[in-house]
Amino acid sequence: MIRSAGAILRKDLRLEVRTKESVPAMVLFVVVVYVLFHFGLDRDTLSGDLASGVLWVTLLLSAILGVNRLFAAEQLDGILLAPIDRTAVWLAKATALFIYLVAVQIVAIPAFALLLLGPGLDPGIVPILLLADIGLAATGALVAGLASETRARDLIVPLLLLPLLMPVLIAAARATTPLFDGPDGDLGRWLGLLGLYDLVFVLVSIAVFDYLLED
Amino acid sequence: MFGKRLLPLAIATAVGIGLTLALVFFYAPNDADQGFVQKIFYVHVPMAIVALFGFMAAGIMAVKHLRTGDQRWDMRSYVAIHMSIILGVGVLVTGSIWARAAWGHWWVWDEPQLVSFLIVFLLYCVYYPLRFSIEDRERQARYSSVFAIVAGAFVPLNFIAVRLAETFTHPRVLGTTAGGMPGSMRFTFIVALISMTLLFITLMKLELTSKRASDQLKRLRRKLEAQAASA
Repeated sequence: MIRSAGAILRKDLRLEVRTKESVPAMVLFVVVVYVLFHFGLDRDTLSGDLASGVLWVTLLLSAILGVNRLFAAEQLDGILLAPIDRTAVWLAKATALFIYLVAVQIVAIPAFALLLLGPGLDPGIVPILLLADIGLAATGALVAGLASETRARDLIVPLLLLPLLMPVLIAAARATTPLFDGPDGDLGRWLGLLGLYDLVFVLVSIAVFDYLLED
Repeated sequence: MFGKRLLPLAIATAVGIGLTLALVFFYAPNDADQGFVQKIFYVHVPMAIVALFGFMAAGIMAVKHLRTGDQRWDMRSYVAIHMSIILGVGVLVTGSIWARAAWGHWWVWDEPQLVSFLIVFLLYCVYYPLRFSIEDRERQARYSSVFAIVAGAFVPLNFIAVRLAETFTHPRVLGTTAGGMPGSMRFTFIVALISMTLLFITLMKLELTSKRASDQLKRLRRKLEAQAASA
């Protein structure tokens, strides 16, 4: 299973490197949303819970783009006709999405610091980002699979994904607030909640993904 | 042949709801802090509890469907979600009325139960577009069941998250009078909860029966048409 997952992952990453479909679009989207927030809030710099909220809402919205494209290639090349364990497909897709998200954030976080953030960037944000990305990737790949057979896929994905990501938003935004000069919070509690979310959605995805994408 | 147990169930529900109303208006005392308004609690909270358990029960029915491949479990899961959504509208409306009467606002964000309920409700609303945008019958059942399981697992997780996030500034009814609810309030609440559960089960049975009947009617009609065509 790990081998076939690895093969699909390599194929996806190679495809992404060559076509540059998802990651550049997500980065561009993130920067556009920063500008939207600048004008929408009419603020030059943000700090505290406002900064953390703007950052996380932007990251979650950009994840929708990645999730929407996740099975785009499969619909064309028919790889799903191959007798591969569906859980391997989920694992490959979730890992690919995780790598996309990290790649996007390598640009998006410094860009946020440059464009909007008042206080300096604290490296303490890295574990929060990684834990949130695991949850985003697990849920995103599951939702992409759920929506893959529907007629209105690009409509179903955000409607399904955003409510499911509400706990991630709560935990990640609360954990990030103190790093942006906000009031001190209970970091351990929020990291714990992110970890619990990751665990639940990884397990649920492994349990149910076998029933999706059957053909 | 359809809905054999529906009549006694409906009678039990009607009696239960009548009894609940009588208890709410003539037996349960007025709340010390909120007065008469607090009586909406006997509708709002049982509705919320039954709707949440309905959502989670739909997840369990969906597991049964995926395990056995029996389409009837998918139908049950669908009807359970459908009924819970209807109750969910009631929960949000009564919650809003209560918030307005008790705190002066139609919506309060620092009431964790209500906020988590809204998130769960918004998620389950997507069940319909998801289910009905898949044409193939068998696949529709399978994908709907996967949704029901994922969302069912999400319900408790979401409650934990919202609970952790909210600061408790508003007094909750269960804790207003020291030592929890007085016995007469608790008794009324339990009767209200039981009648709401009965109502849910009756509505579910009614909907399932009518779905089964109309399916059979369709099948018989098709048979008749085939006979007429061959004759």
